[in-house]
Amino acid sequence: MELQVNNSPFSQEQIDTLQRLLPSLTETQKAWLSGYLAAFQAQAGTVVPNQEAVSTNAAQPVLREVTILFGSETSNGQTLAEELTKKIKEQGFKATCSALDDFKVKKIKDVQDLLIVTATHGEGDPPDNAISFYEYLHSRRAPKLKDLRFSVLSLGDQSYEFFCQTGKDFDKRLEELGGERLYPRIDCDVDFDEPAEEWINGVVEKISEAKEAVSQPDNQLNQQAGIHAQELDLPAYSRTNPFKAEILENLNLNGRGSNKETRHLELSLAGSNLSFEPGDSLGIIPENDPNLVSQLISEMKWDPEEAVPVNKKGDMRSIFDALHTNLEITCLTKPLMNKAAEIFANDKLVELVAPVQKEALKDYITGRDLLDLIKDFPPTRELTPDEFVQILRKIPPRLYSITSSHKANPDEVHLTIGTVRYKAHGRERLGVCSGQSAERAEPGNLLPIYIQRNPNFKLPRDPEIPVIMIGPGTGVAPYRAFMEEREELDIKGKTWLFFGDQHFSSDFLYQVEWQNWLKEGILTRMDVAFSRDFEKKVYVQHLMLENSQDLYQWLQEGAYVYVCGDEKRMAKDVHQTLITIMEKEGGIRHEDAEQYLKDMRRQKRYQRDVY
Amino acid sequence: MAKHDVLKQDGPPSDLERIKDESNYLRGTIQQGLEDRITGAISDDDTKLLKFHGSYQQDDRDIRDERRRKKLEPAYQFMLRVRAPGGVATPEQWLVMDDLATKYGDATLKLTTRQSFQMHGILKWNLKQTIKEVNEVLMDTLAACGDVNRNVMCNPNPYQSAVHEEVYGLAKQLSTHLSPKTKAYHEIWLDDRKVVDTREEEEAEPLYGRFYLPRKFKIGLAVPPSNDIDVFSQDLGFIAILEDGKLQGFNVAVGGGMGSTHGEPETYPQVARVIGFCPKDNVIEVAESVMAIQRDYGNRSNRKNARFKYTIDARGLDWFKAELTERLGWELETARAYQFDHNGDRYGWVKGDGKWHLTLFLQNGRVKDTENDALKTGLREIAKVHTGDFRLTPNQNLIIANVTEEKMQEIADLAKAYGLTEGKQHSALKRNSMACVALPTCGLAMAESERYLPVLIEKIEAILDEVGLREEEIVIRMSGCPNGCSRPALAEIAFVGKAPGKYNMYLGGGFTGDRLNSLYRENIGEKEILENLRFILTDYANNRQEGEHFGDYAIRAGYVNEVRNGLDFHKDNLSKV
Repeated sequence: MELQVNNSPFSQEQIDTLQRLLPSLTETQKAWLSGYLAAFQAQAGTVVPNQEAVSTNAAQPVLREVTILFGSETSNGQTLAEELTKKIKEQGFKATCSALDDFKVKKIKDVQDLLIVTATHGEGDPPDNAISFYEYLHSRRAPKLKDLRFSVLSLGDQSYEFFCQTGKDFDKRLEELGGERLYPRIDCDVDFDEPAEEWINGVVEKISEAKEAVSQPDNQLNQQAGIHAQELDLPAYSRTNPFKAEILENLNLNGRGSNKETRHLELSLAGSNLSFEPGDSLGIIPENDPNLVSQLISEMKWDPEEAVPVNKKGDMRSIFDALHTNLEITCLTKPLMNKAAEIFANDKLVELVAPVQKEALKDYITGRDLLDLIKDFPPTRELTPDEFVQILRKIPPRLYSITSSHKANPDEVHLTIGTVRYKAHGRERLGVCSGQSAERAEPGNLLPIYIQRNPNFKLPRDPEIPVIMIGPGTGVAPYRAFMEEREELDIKGKTWLFFGDQHFSSDFLYQVEWQNWLKEGILTRMDVAFSRDFEKKVYVQHLMLENSQDLYQWLQEGAYVYVCGDEKRMAKDVHQTLITIMEKEGGIRHEDAEQYLKDMRRQKRYQRDVY
Repeated sequence: MAKHDVLKQDGPPSDLERIKDESNYLRGTIQQGLEDRITGAISDDDTKLLKFHGSYQQDDRDIRDERRRKKLEPAYQFMLRVRAPGGVATPEQWLVMDDLATKYGDATLKLTTRQSFQMHGILKWNLKQTIKEVNEVLMDTLAACGDVNRNVMCNPNPYQSAVHEEVYGLAKQLSTHLSPKTKAYHEIWLDDRKVVDTREEEEAEPLYGRFYLPRKFKIGLAVPPSNDIDVFSQDLGFIAILEDGKLQGFNVAVGGGMGSTHGEPETYPQVARVIGFCPKDNVIEVAESVMAIQRDYGNRSNRKNARFKYTIDARGLDWFKAELTERLGWELETARAYQFDHNGDRYGWVKGDGKWHLTLFLQNGRVKDTENDALKTGLREIAKVHTGDFRLTPNQNLIIANVTEEKMQEIADLAKAYGLTEGKQHSALKRNSMACVALPTCGLAMAESERYLPVLIEKIEAILDEVGLREEEIVIRMSGCPNGCSRPALAEIAFVGKAPGKYNMYLGGGFTGDRLNSLYRENIGEKEILENLRFILTDYANNRQEGEHFGDYAIRAGYVNEVRNGLDFHKDNLSKV
């Protein structure tokens, strides 16, 4: 198309300029420019002028797609929703119908026309199959819905104080988020037939009106432009320049009666330009427990406000802040012990670090921290905070397998963190980062993070290749990312997950999600081992062995095998079990089985993320 | 109400009819579902079939939301109902129930309003073993729930023992005769070899056919003067007629039922109506024919209108009597005179037929050990030494029956030691109270019942003390939903749950269980409940006539209208809201 005054929003002068410029641009420059302009526009918050002209030129009229969702304790809401769906389809529109909670909330931003039929439960609460959607929509994560048109039918009972409350809430909230009310809400009493029919007819009529003059903005172009823009401008976040991610959600996945605590964290990546692939890890720069810091400082009788340098540049922080956020205080190392021996002037400590005491030193530093050290071997001379921090190292970041797919949740990253708590040497101890996640990470707080690529834990490129995933406990984390990714990309190859933990009732991490993926066929098969539910302890490797014939068959079909989680026991046992299965089912010798696994590893068919 | 409002059978069969049809006589895919380790639940269709096997899939609703947030499925668990015709169990059976509840359930037993045992909180992995062990002591769970004849109730009246034994014998016969005959139960739970079913339908399930009944069916036998089984709440009630202390036969009452649905006036509780007398030798025959009429005419399209009461009300009693006569080939005799004088239990020790019987008050039928008392342990200790039997009363209480003279002191001492009492320390209102299970396990509950009624009663007792009615027997019942497991529609004061903390309040039921109550206030909370009761109870204390029961007074004083027929249950309600 050639630019002219009558087919574009430009003046003749502008067109002349553009026509001089455009032919001289390379493809890269054009892409850059379109992204630049789109981003500029987005920032300024302006509306594309004369958009109608653009879109009518760009595309044939496309009928809007109608999404019908219901929330209902009885079948009434569903029946009405299905009736509505039928009528809309009869008009030639594309329409889908499901329960509110069966709808993937992330897709709400793509919805064009949304029709909700909902009951209200008890004292004004949403029905059971609408709660998740309701909460998402009312959370601060709910996206702006400027392109959305909607209408709500509420079912209720006048004898309740909060008559039709859920319907009213949806109606109000959708408007707040920028949606356009297609047809006014109707609140039905128990005798709902007539008003419901009125609403259905009204809605169908409104939607049909749109048939004549439909237009659809070219979303794809805008999106592409957006991505380019992002890649151009923003600073690159990394380990040394971590992104401060807001905590959106932090919950304990374990149910009542569990011996464990496993935190599920959802962090916002909005504005970070960070992206990642399933199998990658997230680094967190943690903070120390402020109580522990205070104990240290009071044990040393320091003023917590006294300034100390925290890096080579000589930036100064208070000793409290330095110990809280910059330096490692929970781990004793040999170099640290040697340096401490030099400055503590404690004879016993000097004795302990002597080369002949190698074993004793190793024993001592295992499971002890800085507070233990200064209590067990108090400095005999006065140590200044400045001197003291010289012997400490920077607090190391902690890495966790990412448990979400970037493609499925572009602005978020999710983590699964097992809280480490134990008693040792007379004190309750808490993992640095897991303790922080469990006790000092409220939604709204910021966590410094960066992406750590892991090219050695990647899904096969060919979607047809079967995937076997072994990950008990928090080892299951990356597989959630695998599933989300495959669901998002609609990959239907065979997948098999082995999961285990202590108790079915309380420790089945992400249970409902696996169930849904099984139902949808994203996950083909799942076997679970709960070691403490029955007298006989069962672990994942036992399940593998029980299913050795099938598992061997999958390997013959070229399956990739992934192992994630505990290295010392689980990964070792799983490795041995794979060898046993090959011996048993393939009839090959032990050495050959080992060689086979080695080959698999080299071919990236056997990938591990163990810790 | 016009008849056509009652019967809405013009639609297609309900989904449950399809499930029954496809189930191959109640097998479905229950067996496969039990083996699925990814979920503690079974499939939706199977949950419907499982009821016929005596179990409901439930979940702990207290933690449903918490678990949803944690991405865990609901805490699925199974309620298991053990049939005991007439509520009779041996000490050995009692000990097994006690043990199973502890091993696999939530360590409590619920004695139900239909004289059955209920265990709650059984996990899927343990369900089969639990049912197996139940059957090993010659009890079973088949047909404890579902669209079949349910546990047959009968009066456990211990001091007319000879007649009781005879009536109990008939209850057992009825129960056996009307049990489903499918082999599915044995295959699934008792590891019986699967028989390829090539038999004709009549042979596989001669009474029911593969669609079973349109809805549950309840039978009870009462021995006047006690109407403890609430004979008018039954689909089919038998009222024993005695002459010279000998059982002659029964008056037959048909078409009672408690359940209704909030906001749907075409559903309502109904009292059974006496249609004639049948000699005792014809009881089985009559029951079978009555049930067959319901099987053939009951509504299979709308389950809310499927109970026997609607089948009859839609066509009239005359139609029913004619249909029954045709099927029997003979006519029922004219109903004979009888007199009920209460529907509650009579507590304490009584002697009959040379043996002693101790009726214990068990609030809401819950057998459990708490911080304060050890009822469950106490009953276990009694079961260990007891040589008679246990009888579950229709009011959720328990009779230690047929205690020998020699054992009496020992059992009395044990009862005392473990705080098992006749409830004399409580008000007569509390001793005449019943509540269904409701939250947290019952999936139907809209409000608390068993956990709340004791709290409410304590507050009502304060009022009773003030106005001097502590020893006045008043029947009070609470149900978490309008299905009415605690038979609220027959109580003098009743509460039916509408939403958490909110109840419909009914007044005016008959003291002998012969009259329905009527809606007094809709959707009210505790404060209003107590305000209303304070006013009415004060009025009653001051102005009642000699011997006038509370339910009767509530009508005479005009608080509610008298309701003798369920078709009038919703009449005038609107004016009172």
